Amino acid sequence: MTSVREEGKDRIIFATKEDHATPSNAELIEEDPNDPYEERGLILPNGEINWNCPCLGGMASGPCGTEFKDAFSCFHYSKEEVKGSECLEQFRAMQECMQRYPDLYPQEDDKVPEEKSSETEQTSQDSAPVQDSDTPQPNTESSVESS
Amino acid sequence: MLKCRTVWKKLAPLARASSTVCRQNVRRAGLNNGRIPACVPAAHMSTGPAGGGRENQLYALLVGAACLGGGIYAYRTVKGDSKRYQDRLEEISSRPHKKASEQAATFIQPEALAVEATETKAVPKSEPEPQAAPSTEKSSPPATEAAVAAPSETTETPPAPGVDSVPASSKVPSHAPYLLIGGGTASFAAARSIRARDPGARVLIVTDEADLPYMRPPLSKELWFSDDPSVTETLRFKQWNGKERSIYFQPPSFYINPEELESTDNGGVAVLTGKKVVHMDVRGNKVKLDDNTEISYDKCLIATGGVPRNLQVIERAGDEVTKRTTLFRKIDDFKSLDKVSRNVQSVTIIGGGFLGSELACALGRRSTESGLEVIQMYPEKGNMGKVLPEYLSNWTTQKVKKEGVKVISEALVKSVIYKDDKLEIKLKDGRLVKTDHIVAAVGLEPNVDLAKSAGLEVDSDFGGFRVNAELQARSNIWVAGDAACFYDIRLGRRRVEHHDHAVVSGRLAGENMTGASKPYWHQSMFWSDLGPDVGYEAIGIVDSSLPTVGVFAKATAKDTPKAATEKSGTGIRSESETEDVATSPAASSTPAPPVEPHKDDYGKGVIFYLRDKVVVGIILWNVFNRMPVARKIIKDGEEHADLNEVAKLFNIHED
Repeated sequence: MTSVREEGKDRIIFATKEDHATPSNAELIEEDPNDPYEERGLILPNGEINWNCPCLGGMASGPCGTEFKDAFSCFHYSKEEVKGSECLEQFRAMQECMQRYPDLYPQEDDKVPEEKSSETEQTSQDSAPVQDSDTPQPNTESSVESS
Repeated sequence: MLKCRTVWKKLAPLARASSTVCRQNVRRAGLNNGRIPACVPAAHMSTGPAGGGRENQLYALLVGAACLGGGIYAYRTVKGDSKRYQDRLEEISSRPHKKASEQAATFIQPEALAVEATETKAVPKSEPEPQAAPSTEKSSPPATEAAVAAPSETTETPPAPGVDSVPASSKVPSHAPYLLIGGGTASFAAARSIRARDPGARVLIVTDEADLPYMRPPLSKELWFSDDPSVTETLRFKQWNGKERSIYFQPPSFYINPEELESTDNGGVAVLTGKKVVHMDVRGNKVKLDDNTEISYDKCLIATGGVPRNLQVIERAGDEVTKRTTLFRKIDDFKSLDKVSRNVQSVTIIGGGFLGSELACALGRRSTESGLEVIQMYPEKGNMGKVLPEYLSNWTTQKVKKEGVKVISEALVKSVIYKDDKLEIKLKDGRLVKTDHIVAAVGLEPNVDLAKSAGLEVDSDFGGFRVNAELQARSNIWVAGDAACFYDIRLGRRRVEHHDHAVVSGRLAGENMTGASKPYWHQSMFWSDLGPDVGYEAIGIVDSSLPTVGVFAKATAKDTPKAATEKSGTGIRSESETEDVATSPAASSTPAPPVEPHKDDYGKGVIFYLRDKVVVGIILWNVFNRMPVARKIIKDGEEHADLNEVAKLFNIHED
């Protein structure tokens, strides 16, 4: 049985598992997908890339930021059958730049940036996650900078 | 005077007599230059000249000898000095050559190691030290450093040795499109945000610290739990999942040199360390540093953070006490406290809030190995007494005691004296505590030194610079982090001193500095771990004076901070919330058998803080990775009739 107790102004409830198994009747306000104030994921509602997404770490802001943005933009807007196939030049330029800063960019950047795994080295830049979907990234819960 | 004359007259015949004797000796021994001076005084003193050419010759010789001797001495001295002077100049001139060649060598190979070494060494000079320059040669005089003018590739000929060339201004850019005052978390977050949104942006961070931007939470948590004996040098910490990282946000190679800021093609972030902004001219859009150089800006961020408060009784207690007291905030404080904790028998922490409790637990852990006595004292009834409701505060205090800490609650410090090689803390109720070292964790004083010259408003309720919901103080000036008293649309005007807030507000300020005009909306969170058993995350206004409703479930061994991080595969708590983007958490470790619950065991739960029946704050007690739900509830700002129903949204019984 769920118990309730009062200690002055504080109320203490010990809830059983069964009690919490029943669905909640608390009402939450519906989310507005176009709310301008909200923090966005990697892809903005208008389809553009959110370079300030915490998920990118410091990729867009570091010494190779410009090269990264060029390469990634090209990939994002690519309409080719093999997506990004016309972007090899930009990716090469990016890779070249990153090789000049080995302690910032770990030398696993041969692979085309895939979805970021939580196992990537956190001491330096993570390889960029590419979520090529229309839905925005899951909203990050806190914005603590790592990398 | 008359007396002198009579004495003189009496002496005269004597002198005459002695000179006669001298003369006779001289004639016998042959004219000897060396001997004669001994008789000279007598001969000189005689008032009546003995007469005779011979004497005059002698007289002349004596005078000549004296002059010669004096001349020789003088010549030798001058010569010697001159030589010393030349030697010194040669030494000085040889140094720039040595330093230039060294610098060139190290710059050509920008080894991470060499640069890493420089960033960890404190450079307490007031001159600017561009980060790539090997700042290890602290002894070289200012003139040579200025002469070498930092690691530009061109080899510069040093100026004439011994001449003091103008030290600082050659290295500092005269204009920075984005000027960030302060080199902490908020500043770094803003720099990153600006660079992401404004391609090719040129950002200059000016900090009076010697270190590049770093994160503060590990200084009172993870760094203390490291197994590495050289952790005070490396400042790297191993997270629960085994992954290691540095407290510095980025290694030095991320940044560019301040003097290259204006010329680099794609811009970048430059950090000017060891410089303090002392004056701000808002009308002229420029600031003045402590060495009188001026930097003009287009957009400016003030992220000056704060300075630890001290107890008045300690400030007035004299040098012997103050030099045994640590005000904990920066990397140097961590290093010195680490050293102290290994060399004393007893440490007392004054303060029962986040920092005090975390340090007490960290040191308490050490005490099991080293026998260090760790005492924590504070005026409240229990740890986190201003944050947690009383029942939870009491529970937390028990846990802190289990970490090996001697807790003295309801303690008001009346005086501190140094006696018999110990510090004696006297409390208002008469209790006496003897200890070797004190750590004062009694709050933070926001740094608003620039308010006067800049004409910025300071908030009288919360302290800090008063800014609007978009974090703007005046045109082109924003404030973020600990120093910002801002308007929160949902929760009202407040000032927040947490890490994640520094990140969120820094990012937001950076966005607004690049034209976004967004208000503070995404609520920042904070967290604390007090040992492996007690960990919580929180969001919003969490003030124990508010009425609370706590909903608890029974805790199993799975519900600890350690388990949470192991499961999500990330290290620092806040990372498990953010960077955990595309992938699902790694497979959890094998669950431990459930612990038999005690009736009042507040193992897992969620606590709601209410203001006028609306939830304004939430603590997730040993329940992790559910912050988005909490954030949503606060954002809605609705009145909920039954908070148990709201608590169901958190699934506190699951992992």
